[in-house]
Amino acid sequence: MKQYDIVIIGGGPAGLAAALAAREHGNCQVLILERDRELGGILNQCIHNGFGLHTFKEELTGPEYAARFIERVQEEKIPYALNTMVLDISAEKVITAMNREEGLFEIKARAIVLAMGCRERSRGALNIPGYRPAGIFSAGTAQRLVNMEGYLPGREVVILGSGDIGLIMARRMTLEGARVKAVAELMPYSGGLKRNIVQCLDDYGIPLKLSHTVVDIQGKERVTGVTIAQVDENRRPIPGTEEAYSCDTLLLSCGLIPENELSRGMGVEISPVTSGPVVNESLETSIPGVFACGNVLHVHDLVDFVSQEAASAGTHAAAYVKGLTEEEAAQRDPAEEQRAFPVKVQGGIRYTVPTMIRPDRMEEEQVIRFRVGDVYRNRYLSLYVNGRRLVHRKRQVMAPGEMEELKVKREQLKDCPLDTEILVTIEEES
Amino acid sequence: MEKRELICIGCPMGCRMTVTMEQGQVTQVSGNTCRRGDAYARREVTNPTRIVTSTVRVEGGILPVVSVKTREDIPKGKIFDCVKALQELVVEAPVRIGEVLLSDVAGTGVDIVATRACPQAV
Repeated sequence: MKQYDIVIIGGGPAGLAAALAAREHGNCQVLILERDRELGGILNQCIHNGFGLHTFKEELTGPEYAARFIERVQEEKIPYALNTMVLDISAEKVITAMNREEGLFEIKARAIVLAMGCRERSRGALNIPGYRPAGIFSAGTAQRLVNMEGYLPGREVVILGSGDIGLIMARRMTLEGARVKAVAELMPYSGGLKRNIVQCLDDYGIPLKLSHTVVDIQGKERVTGVTIAQVDENRRPIPGTEEAYSCDTLLLSCGLIPENELSRGMGVEISPVTSGPVVNESLETSIPGVFACGNVLHVHDLVDFVSQEAASAGTHAAAYVKGLTEEEAAQRDPAEEQRAFPVKVQGGIRYTVPTMIRPDRMEEEQVIRFRVGDVYRNRYLSLYVNGRRLVHRKRQVMAPGEMEELKVKREQLKDCPLDTEILVTIEEES
Repeated sequence: MEKRELICIGCPMGCRMTVTMEQGQVTQVSGNTCRRGDAYARREVTNPTRIVTSTVRVEGGILPVVSVKTREDIPKGKIFDCVKALQELVVEAPVRIGEVLLSDVAGTGVDIVATRACPQAV
């Protein structure tokens, strides 16, 4: 069985950044396993611009952003296997994979970085009644068809869900000559970024129907139309508000779900809120030496933050493989090692990544990323340690579609008792 | 005095900005967090522009299309002319990332560049 220090599952933005950081910080043997025929993951089909402003201080398209990382992986001569599907990972870190050249094979890893990304919520998961005609696609499938395979999947389009991919595809299909009649969103707010509503819908006069959903799909062989209705505050369709739209295509952009079949298979603890692994400050899962980053951990809005998070996971994976030098081990305070502070949420915050911080392992400054559960205006984001407020930041607008972050410094957690709790919350008054 | 509310599209932060204008001249931009926002706001109320991204047909490549963009912003009113010009264009593989595939698209003076490589099919 081949052995590697670190095996990275997935060669998208998270896997690439994790591999580079692992190499940089540990000079370890790294292998990337990728199921597609090229590296770059979903970025290759995201041909729109707006990527990389944080990382490269310029506005790149998805393929360009991916290419920057792929070039560096190639320069560093980090090995990768394409067209390689990972089938199983055991709790002992034995990876079972297959490809055309080697057939079915096993690899032993000392550390693993999970970077498999996410999947789109499907029609089945949405429970829309009706026949099963052709012409219903997830927005991401349509994106791949148009941008990589060169097909336009339809001419008259209705989009359900206002996630970013749906908004991007509303513009893309319009530019390619299709007529996008409406974007229906179940919630009273959009799940996508504000800028995408401006430049993908407003620019092209495409209506965004908030608090609306598809209640019927017509057509037996091919979609011939859909019925959209308004919903009440409990998201139930309101009788009498139905509107018929004739169309040949329905795109679904109703949320993304981290793809954790492999993680579950190996016994990693999964958060019911994010559907991603539960991790500590090192982005290490419930299995020591198994790290997670990017959309497999929690769904991000911005690839720049995926790259940052993945670099952190790669760095921690390298540190895990290297272990402590004798000198470092001697210096470790055994009492310090036991300190692990839970990060709790309150007041409209849905989750945090990480959910536990060990001060002796954290970097000088720990980023805590999270999402809010509703739209909030003129509120404060606060961070408490043992009831003492350390961060209090005003936010004009917060929405579930936009990830938030706060930072806590190692200095601030020094001298905290064993039963310390960190709390992230939303507050009204100053 | 006229005030216009804008959402910046410069990056995913989507800052909410207020542009104050007097007799067609921008007198103040507020709400932005960076210089890009200021520049976007001034442009958006006088001469709105966009980067256009699309695909171009490729012959003999590993993929039937290659992704492209306008190297710089073009006027919003020229977007459909630009896309039409790209629909008529066919290039031959191999295509290098950054390669100019069409210059001066739709009379804008802006080049179309490939945003990914498309090697020849073997």
